[in-house]
Amino acid sequence: MSLALIAALPFLGALLPGLMIRAGRDACAAVTGSVTLLALVLLALNAPTVLAGDVVQTRIEWLPALGLNATFFLDGLGLLFAGMILGIGLLIIIYARFYLAKSDPMGQFYTYLMLFQGAMVGIVLSDNILLLLIFWELTSLSSFLLIGYWKHLPEGRQGARMALAVTGGGGLALIAGMLILGGIVGSYDLTVILDNKELIQASDWYLPALILILLGAFTKSAQFPFHFWLPHAMAAPTPVSAYLHSATMVKAGLFLMARLWPVLAGTPEWFWIVSTAGLITMVMAAKIAFFKDDLKALLAFSTVSHLGLITMLLGFGTKAAATVAVFHIINHATFKAALFMTAGIVDHEAHTRDLRRLGGLRHLMPITFGVALLASLSMAGIPPLNGFLSKELMLEEAAHTVWITPWAMGVLATIGALFSVAYSFRFLAHGFLGPVRDDYPHTPHDPGPGLWGAPAFLVVLVLLIGLFPMVTAAWLVDAAASAVTGEAVQSKITHWHGLEAAALWMSLAAVGGGLMALGAYPRLRALWDAAPRPEAKRIFDGVIEPLAALARGLTGLVHNGSFSRAVGVAVVAIAAASLWAFRGGDHLAGTRDLLPVEPVVLAVWFVMMVAALAAPFFHRDRVVALVLIGVVGLLIAPMFALLSAPDLALTQISVEVVTILLMLLALNFLPKVTPVESAPAHRLGHAAIAGVAGVGVGWLAWSMMIRAPAFDPISAFHLAQSKPGAGGTNAVNTIIVDFRGYDTFGEIIVLGIAALVIYALSETVLRSPSVTRRLATFVPEKEAGDRHPMMLVVSTRLLLPMAMMVGVYIYLRGHNMPGGGFVSGLVFAIAYLMQYMASGYVWSHARQRYDHHALIGWGVLIASLAGVGSWAFGAPFLTSAFEYVHLWPLEEFELATAVIFDLGVFLCVLGAILLALASLSRLALRTGESANTRAFDIDPSEGGR
Amino acid sequence: MEALVASAIGMFTAVGIYLILRLRTFPVILGLTFLSYGVNVFLFTAGRLATNRAPIIGTGEVYADPLPQALVLTAIVISFGMTAVVMMMAIGGHLEAGHDRVNMAAGDTDTAEDKA
Repeated sequence: MSLALIAALPFLGALLPGLMIRAGRDACAAVTGSVTLLALVLLALNAPTVLAGDVVQTRIEWLPALGLNATFFLDGLGLLFAGMILGIGLLIIIYARFYLAKSDPMGQFYTYLMLFQGAMVGIVLSDNILLLLIFWELTSLSSFLLIGYWKHLPEGRQGARMALAVTGGGGLALIAGMLILGGIVGSYDLTVILDNKELIQASDWYLPALILILLGAFTKSAQFPFHFWLPHAMAAPTPVSAYLHSATMVKAGLFLMARLWPVLAGTPEWFWIVSTAGLITMVMAAKIAFFKDDLKALLAFSTVSHLGLITMLLGFGTKAAATVAVFHIINHATFKAALFMTAGIVDHEAHTRDLRRLGGLRHLMPITFGVALLASLSMAGIPPLNGFLSKELMLEEAAHTVWITPWAMGVLATIGALFSVAYSFRFLAHGFLGPVRDDYPHTPHDPGPGLWGAPAFLVVLVLLIGLFPMVTAAWLVDAAASAVTGEAVQSKITHWHGLEAAALWMSLAAVGGGLMALGAYPRLRALWDAAPRPEAKRIFDGVIEPLAALARGLTGLVHNGSFSRAVGVAVVAIAAASLWAFRGGDHLAGTRDLLPVEPVVLAVWFVMMVAALAAPFFHRDRVVALVLIGVVGLLIAPMFALLSAPDLALTQISVEVVTILLMLLALNFLPKVTPVESAPAHRLGHAAIAGVAGVGVGWLAWSMMIRAPAFDPISAFHLAQSKPGAGGTNAVNTIIVDFRGYDTFGEIIVLGIAALVIYALSETVLRSPSVTRRLATFVPEKEAGDRHPMMLVVSTRLLLPMAMMVGVYIYLRGHNMPGGGFVSGLVFAIAYLMQYMASGYVWSHARQRYDHHALIGWGVLIASLAGVGSWAFGAPFLTSAFEYVHLWPLEEFELATAVIFDLGVFLCVLGAILLALASLSRLALRTGESANTRAFDIDPSEGGR
Repeated sequence: MEALVASAIGMFTAVGIYLILRLRTFPVILGLTFLSYGVNVFLFTAGRLATNRAPIIGTGEVYADPLPQALVLTAIVISFGMTAVVMMMAIGGHLEAGHDRVNMAAGDTDTAEDKA
């Protein structure tokens, strides 16, 4: 269980910063950090088991039929990565607290950071590849938010978009590759996949799967030719760069290659693709890094170069090379995170990151210089630091690898190392050495320990791993490398390999060459500036822009701002697709016996059809249109009654009344007539579209009704169980409150939300000054005569208790006879609405004791309690129970828990309808019309007006 | 009987779509209501037509299919909720913008702007 908790903790933690930011920035950072710390502690508790060679597993079955389970496992590789993600994550949280400016929304930053952290931890702990893919996509999305955190900077937005396009696109390829892999093995569990090397490599699908998976890994880890997004992502705040580009996001691709190394590596295809991409990336990016003036750009290309180095090592496919790759992953994370944070400190203090404007910082920022010195010497591969150890091992592996010719790999790796030395020294020499200048944008000095603490801690690690590799790192390297290679690894890391080791001479050549390159920097720079080179961003924009234009063009064809056109296109498309589908299949002959038609029914049908058909012709007079729609709606009710659906008849008739009332009310605020605006040809075209759709739907209904269902309806069960199972004889009601109670539960919530939306909309509308102006000039219709006629007031008063009694009756009988909470709620609502109509909103509302919002709330609450109550008896949500009770002098009656649920339905429906109509009425209060405070226009006690 | 119901469904749909294609909010909402009638009755007919077979246990031997009825019952109520929300939006739009057209004016790309 603890593994799932480790993966879930950052996501849970993502909820906290938004809340805690109200308590101040320190509290916010402390809470966020403690969540990460807790996850780190949980991880550490599992470490001894993993280091002993065991694998910790957690399995939560979710959709086993689809192979989709929340399964997690922790082995050496997972431990290494999860430790880095959480450990460096903790340092970043501390660093960011002091780095971010007061104007930056810190709660938002930490939320994004925790989302990203959770996604990364999820990737490295997933045992199920489908789960892994979900987390993979989450890292793309959350890194988009992080890179674009400074929304006001165009570079930030563009960099975020580019990163999302490249890594998200790679993610799509990865999904396909992983699904192929799962298809070959027949399981989506990583632990199963990793045991099937022969099966996978013998499959015809091996190469497609390999290429697709590598596309995902290369885009994420910024390998050539997908490396260009990473430098553009540097527009992010420095804590983000330090986190994403040292320990996490870009390492996800490496992690994936390492994770699948046992089943994918070892073939010529793997060797050629992976080691070549890695080699090109390493050399090319190291060369570019040397010529970058921006500290972060230099580090960005350096990162790309080191990622290439690790990729190349994984590509070699040997156990020794994979072990070195794992070791360098640790080392790179430590010195590169420290360097990014150092660059951030320089930027923070000197207000520039441009190497041409820096220099001499050694004297002004001694602590920062110390951190930068150790970290960049490690990056250059100078003994005895940790970067030296893994670089030596890398050169040794490269020297013994045959790539095209026996010596090409060694030479190119040495050139890569040479540039690595060169840019590391340039970082130091042009940034920190030299004389103190007097033209910094801001005079720099060392910041407080909040900023330098985190990089200093990492630099201590750099030094300790460098000095005592066997004590500090070898155990972790062994555990992780054993997990990568699938065999027990016992590494021996030393500083001295003897004079005959090729790496020694390659290293010396690299350091010497690097120093010479730095010495010749001005001349090399002139050459570099003169040489033409492709600009990645322009190429990327060149590809994306036409695609976006095409998408805009296609969308614009349908959505040009005309609602009618969009709907028309949709109707035509649906009709055409349906016709095509209908013609494509075979159809059985209709065999059902049809019902006879009685003359009365025919007459009713005729009236209904005429009323409906009249609507398009007379709809311009809106009151007439309302009358027509009322006729149609009311006639549907007896049709339901005739066709054995008494519940529907009751519901239809009451909803119809409420709907017409609503529309009448709305017509107060809308024009009373619709002007003629469209050309006759236009209307004819619309009529044709509508006619085709109508004939199609009618034909479909006809085709369905003359045939028996293809499968037996499941309602045989509902009918059989209605009485014995749910304790009611009205099968429709038992379905609503019992068999499909969960549906109903959702539906009353939707209805409640709709009413609240209406309320919120009316609030917003009322707050707008232009609406207030328009309402104030509103002239009410004078022709209506008395506003609150006495006859109407008196009769509605008399009707109120009677209507309520009918409502109660309908509610109580609902379980056994037509009726129930829905209809009862509607009847009650109409009874109240009559009072509103007769005596006006203000008068009625003043006498309303129960708030409409509260009714909705109580309704949902009671329905929930009726559902939750069944838990107390160990039954699932919404299980109902019933009992027959005999209470003198009444006849024997039934008590069912479903009645409680139905009460919730009743309250929710009542509250929703009243709130919806009351919200509309509130608009009227703002008109010039005076509000009434008395029940009717005439006061009988005064004997006249 | 089946022909009558099918033709009614077709008529409701046709009238509904024609009104939805109008240029002002009120007829569009009326059209939505007509379309709801059509859809609700259509769903109901999925249980096939029968007379005098109300699904009240104990009132006969064979009953009409209660499941589509239960689904349509809630659909009718939800249709009301939908109509009410759209109506409120129409009123808000009319009061805010000063007109009740559904289509954007040519050259107008941002509906959120208040020109009043």
